[in-house]
Amino acid sequence: MKGYLVLEDGTVFQGEAFGAPRGNVGEVVFNTSMTGYQEILTDPSYAGQIVVMTYPLVGNYGINPEDFESRQPFVRGFVVKELCMDPSHWQANQTLSEYLAQNEIPGLYGIDTRALTRHLRVKGTLRGVLATANEGPAEADQELGEGGGLLALDGQWRIPHLPPSLRRWLAELQHQAQAFVLSRPVLEVTTPTAYHLEPEDGRRRKPRVVVVDFGVKRNILRIMTDLGYPVTVVPATATAEEILALEPAGVLLSNGPGDPQDVREGVATARTLMEAGVPLFGICLGQQIIGLALGGKSIKLKFGHRGANHPVKDCLTGRIYITSHNHGYALEESSLPPEVVVTHRSLNDHTVEGIMHTQRPIWSVQYHPEASPGPQESRYLLERFLTELDRKK
Amino acid sequence: MPKRQELERVLVIGSGPIIIGQAAEFDYSGTQALQAIREEGLQVILVNPNPATIMTDAQMADRTYLEPLTPEFVERIIAQERPQGLLPTLGGQIGLNLATQLSEAGVLQKYGVELIGTPLQAIRQAEDRGAFKELMRSIGEPVLESAIVTSVSEALSFAEQIGFPVIVRPAYTLGGTGGGFARNAKELAEIVNRALKLSPIGQCLIEQSVFGWKEIEYEVLRDSAGNAIAVCNMENIDPVGVHTGDSIVVAPSQTLTDREYQMLRSSALKIIHALGIQGGCNVQFALNPRSRDYVVIEVNPRVSRSSALASKATGYPIAKIAAKIAIGLTLDEIKNPVTGTTYAAFEPALDYVAVKIPRFPFEKFSGISRTLGTQMQATGEVMAIDRTFPGALQKAIRSLEIGRDGLRHPDIQKAPDKALEQKIATPNDERLFAIAEALRRGWEWKVISQLSHIDKFFIQEIGQIVEMERRLAQAGYDGLTRSLLREAKRLGFSDATIGQLVGKDALAIRRLRKSLDVRPVYKMVDTCAAEFEATTPYYYSAYDGENEAKPPLGPKAIVLGSGPIRIGQGIEFDYSAVHAAWALREEGIQSVMINNNPETVSTDFNTSDRLYFEPLTVEDVLNVIEQEGGEWTDKHDIAGVVAQFGGQTAIHLSGPLAKAGVPLLGTPVEEVDRGEDREKFDKLLAELGISRPPGGAAVTVDEAVRIADRIGYPVLVRPSYVLGGRAMEIVYREEELRAYMATAVEVSETRPVLVDKYLPGKEIEVDAVSDGRQVLIGGILEHIERAGVHSGDSIAVYPATDVHREIREQVLDYTTRLALALSVKGLINVQYVVHGGKVYVLEVNPRASRTVPFLAKAAGIPLAHMATRIAVGRTLEELGYRPGPGSPVVRHQVNLPSGQRIEGYGWIWPEPNRVSVKVPVFSWQKLGGVDVTLSPEMKSTGEVMGTDRDVARALYKALLAAGYRVPRKGTALISVAEHDQDEILPLAAALSALGFRILASGAAAKALEAVKIPHTPIHTISEGSPRILDLLRNGDIHLVISTLARHDRGEDPDGFLIRRTAVEHNVLCLVNLDTARAVVQMLETISQETPLDVSALQDWHSPVSQV
Repeated sequence: MKGYLVLEDGTVFQGEAFGAPRGNVGEVVFNTSMTGYQEILTDPSYAGQIVVMTYPLVGNYGINPEDFESRQPFVRGFVVKELCMDPSHWQANQTLSEYLAQNEIPGLYGIDTRALTRHLRVKGTLRGVLATANEGPAEADQELGEGGGLLALDGQWRIPHLPPSLRRWLAELQHQAQAFVLSRPVLEVTTPTAYHLEPEDGRRRKPRVVVVDFGVKRNILRIMTDLGYPVTVVPATATAEEILALEPAGVLLSNGPGDPQDVREGVATARTLMEAGVPLFGICLGQQIIGLALGGKSIKLKFGHRGANHPVKDCLTGRIYITSHNHGYALEESSLPPEVVVTHRSLNDHTVEGIMHTQRPIWSVQYHPEASPGPQESRYLLERFLTELDRKK
Repeated sequence: MPKRQELERVLVIGSGPIIIGQAAEFDYSGTQALQAIREEGLQVILVNPNPATIMTDAQMADRTYLEPLTPEFVERIIAQERPQGLLPTLGGQIGLNLATQLSEAGVLQKYGVELIGTPLQAIRQAEDRGAFKELMRSIGEPVLESAIVTSVSEALSFAEQIGFPVIVRPAYTLGGTGGGFARNAKELAEIVNRALKLSPIGQCLIEQSVFGWKEIEYEVLRDSAGNAIAVCNMENIDPVGVHTGDSIVVAPSQTLTDREYQMLRSSALKIIHALGIQGGCNVQFALNPRSRDYVVIEVNPRVSRSSALASKATGYPIAKIAAKIAIGLTLDEIKNPVTGTTYAAFEPALDYVAVKIPRFPFEKFSGISRTLGTQMQATGEVMAIDRTFPGALQKAIRSLEIGRDGLRHPDIQKAPDKALEQKIATPNDERLFAIAEALRRGWEWKVISQLSHIDKFFIQEIGQIVEMERRLAQAGYDGLTRSLLREAKRLGFSDATIGQLVGKDALAIRRLRKSLDVRPVYKMVDTCAAEFEATTPYYYSAYDGENEAKPPLGPKAIVLGSGPIRIGQGIEFDYSAVHAAWALREEGIQSVMINNNPETVSTDFNTSDRLYFEPLTVEDVLNVIEQEGGEWTDKHDIAGVVAQFGGQTAIHLSGPLAKAGVPLLGTPVEEVDRGEDREKFDKLLAELGISRPPGGAAVTVDEAVRIADRIGYPVLVRPSYVLGGRAMEIVYREEELRAYMATAVEVSETRPVLVDKYLPGKEIEVDAVSDGRQVLIGGILEHIERAGVHSGDSIAVYPATDVHREIREQVLDYTTRLALALSVKGLINVQYVVHGGKVYVLEVNPRASRTVPFLAKAAGIPLAHMATRIAVGRTLEELGYRPGPGSPVVRHQVNLPSGQRIEGYGWIWPEPNRVSVKVPVFSWQKLGGVDVTLSPEMKSTGEVMGTDRDVARALYKALLAAGYRVPRKGTALISVAEHDQDEILPLAAALSALGFRILASGAAAKALEAVKIPHTPIHTISEGSPRILDLLRNGDIHLVISTLARHDRGEDPDGFLIRRTAVEHNVLCLVNLDTARAVVQMLETISQETPLDVSALQDWHSPVSQV
């Protein structure tokens, strides 16, 4: 069945629908990782977004039981160039399409994803609608035969004779895209109730860490428990009092989706925790929340950083790390108070990628030390935070 | 960290001649390195005796030494140039080994030269099997169960312990020379025996086999500050068991989860940190296809063939960055040359698939096994890029120029199931076609995967192609809808294949396709998957949506490259194509390169204004031409196509391109044809009064026999339109001729076979450049071997020292007339034979020849550059070339086919005082089972040159540069054919006089006995004694003269064994009496005390002969 991606600016792609045969609306973003689609699909930070993979062959190794980063996929849709229908991997127990269908997520393949990426790079992140032909007029399922499925760019039709009914329907989809507002996606992805994770038996017990779940990736939790730290994961709505009652040695503010300015309770909680002197570590959205709590400002990036190849400079050592990114927002450097030091910067566009507080035990990074997907070389950041907790105890 | 201030002069070691396992990739990486270092304001001294390279052009380095890559010569260069640093990691294994030797001999310390880049300690640790294993153990990286052995018995007992099969890898050899896969004790003993001899340290490794595991490679870079990145990973489609150089490789990996990808990436980075690499490094892994187990197979602490491939596959110039790292820069200081805005410290994100397929030389050697193993046999490779795997795969197949447009292969389609099974189970160069055929026959992927160990993913992708073949055939021409065509093109189908499937020719499909508006778009290789704006003009075609290549207005010319490196069409042609691109720029014409060879300088995106990485077929080339400003955009600003530099590849394209209305720059197509077409050419020669050996063109066997009867045996037979003497032979009798016609060639009306009288005289070769009025002979080269040995396999001397004045004048006269009559606008190469005091023309090639780069160095004349500028309308006079006061000039009037009568003149470029000798280099060691002989069929893979005041010195240097061990004394073995007995006597006498002990076998012994030349007779193998081979193996014989028993083709088992054993143990083996005579004369002329100077190319010709 044919599927469509219609952007708010009137760009239209026709491709083949896969996954769940339904429509969906979201913010369209691209990711340049060449592997790791399963981790990306299940990274809660993508809640509210339709993800485009720039690497053209996706689904080759299927879906396996081990590489989930959360309880379910949170993307609104998934767009690829070539979809592998018959994967090959010893761990695979499902195809990508089956997995998306099972989770009610629509997919689109067979379109010129590079053209789409270039468009997003120029125009910045756009809202868009994925739709399947069965939701539209009868003509929607006909092959329109344009290379790469690019029917219209920026409102300019490349097909001279488009059936009026189809044109009307696509215009309607464009309006839907324009009307889309991503509202507090953290509430969709956070855990409804607190839960505890204990390290496997036989390991030396380390101090407890509380993770505020704004959309935490499992590998963050996995790394901590593997290192022997008991972890309590609390909902994004947990208050500082509730957290302090757990007597944590440190609190990790997790990654998560959306605009940090929407996470007002989280910012307030972070501020209280800071005042209580609890060591804090922020990842991604967690960094933005820390930044806001310290009085800084966040800004929306033009098209964000999403990929596994981003060079970040450790400003203290001068060393370069290749890091895994997924952020559409960042802290504005000039807004940060003087007691905050920028510890990491993007080598490409100088975005603030890590900060620390000079007087308080507060550290954060804008990227993903837990990788999954992406390079594993920044795990040291998490380890350093945890070691810090050992010392404090 | 800024660049190191104390470094002002850096010595770079090149990799020497092209051999299997060490090829054009080092010209690419070397050229990049030279540019990168000079950009930083340092001076570069280069040593590399390979004239066929861009890197050895005078303008590329500050000082260029075409001298042998031996410690003695390099020491002399160091003493003369006093560099502060030596960069050894860009010259392949040769460079590394030489640096190690220089360091160990204390030379570097003596002259205060520091090895820059990766430290020697790291190189040793990576190369020495034992040390490497130790290091891996210490950092917890898994390696194979293995043991280092120095004897066959040790090998056997270890193998018993870990079980067969095992892999044998000799230490410190190129491309795994001498290694192998042993299934049992007998095979093991054989391989180890050979491997121990080939290893310079007499060591080899016996290793547990992970045959059938996935083979994954990472190209990693690390700087002196400890920043490290993985530029690219690659997956070998052929699993472990086939040398990566012989494997079909895809970038990036396709079947690895992120967990696996990152696991191996982390391991690769851990390894380069542990080694302390400062520069590039290649890490090879074997990954269990059914678990997360892996082992580190190998680490190459330098740039390599894989890094060249990775550079072209990603757009990230590894060698350039590695060179900058070596002089102290760090990754975060070096700009990403692709985006111009980001830095070298990042990892390329690909949004396409790159597929590499090796090109093998098997068609050159009858009876050779096509089985692939751990010893590399490919001479070159192609790469193709597309947005789908089948698309990239099929483009790569067309790029190979092996007569296949896609996965259809008539012979394999006829094979019975059993044979097909064998073709799939045993790795070989045709396995891909066999898999496709098995799928056509409905075999399950499981069966194919079990037989081949190739991953299901790749088999299923090939299955998509096979399924499309079926759909196209079913649809027929009338059923070719727009969407079906689009689908087929997305999967990489050529118009030709679609045509075959629906019963039409390629042009009919092209017309239909265009009428349905199914055309390719061009996408950019930008290192960042479109995340950042890039400026690199590096494109590939795809049947996808958006076209990104927007050529600017203004005149443009297309330069056709020469495709994969193969025997007969080597790096020399890439050299000329690069010069063509440069010269066009100078003329203010945008140069547009089309080529598919990932190893070369021509496919460096800096070489031309725009690079299209495409197959060199009529369809693909026409697509680019239309894209660049033909009918599509209605901007007719394509000046034309330059075809004379792309070897036979480009020549084959010129006819069809001209037919399609594409203007060809330079010599008109009809004239090229007149030079190649037997009948037309004979007519021309008759008009000009120039002789050629009598002969004719035959389209039937009987006709060939009639011609031979008329002119008398022996005759030289060959198919028309070939390069590198493909299937060219001398036959002595009618039965041989009939056998040749029946088996060696396909003869038809359009493809006649040429039968010529074989004249065994002195061969002379000329390269000239003409603008249609003035003919400038760049140089007259004299071949050491008489006619009958392919010119590419002959030793050539320039200036010719043994050619009489009258002959020279005749050669000037003939060449001038030929060039004028053929309206040559550009290059022309003419081969002559002097027989009985008379000059005959053997061959005329109105295009760039193999000797163009050699003459550029030896004579200081930039022929390719001049020819390009002439092709776009310049005259030689405009370029500043006219005969000097002393130059003899000939004037001629000739009639053109148009009836026009023109007048022109010819002259010879002034010859230098120094003599240059070009020596061919063979890859015998890599091609097991091939007899070591010279014939009209070319077999050499590369060349070197030596230059000095006389022939003896120049030849001596060239032989050393070629890697031969040239003995001054010792034992010489003489074992020659009956008919060579007389000629061998003076040589034997001379060797004896020089103090050589002579061993003579069979008839040679009798002949020596008769004239009382002191010698020791020795039994040959068929006389019941294998001692002769043992002596060779043990290094007790230092020189072998062994000629092929001429009338017993393929039936000279003793000679075969002697010659094979000699080359496998690197004993100088002379198989032609002319070569032997030259070598003996050389030994007579130079002694141990003869001083051999080293001199830089920049000093050879300046300033007198530089225009």
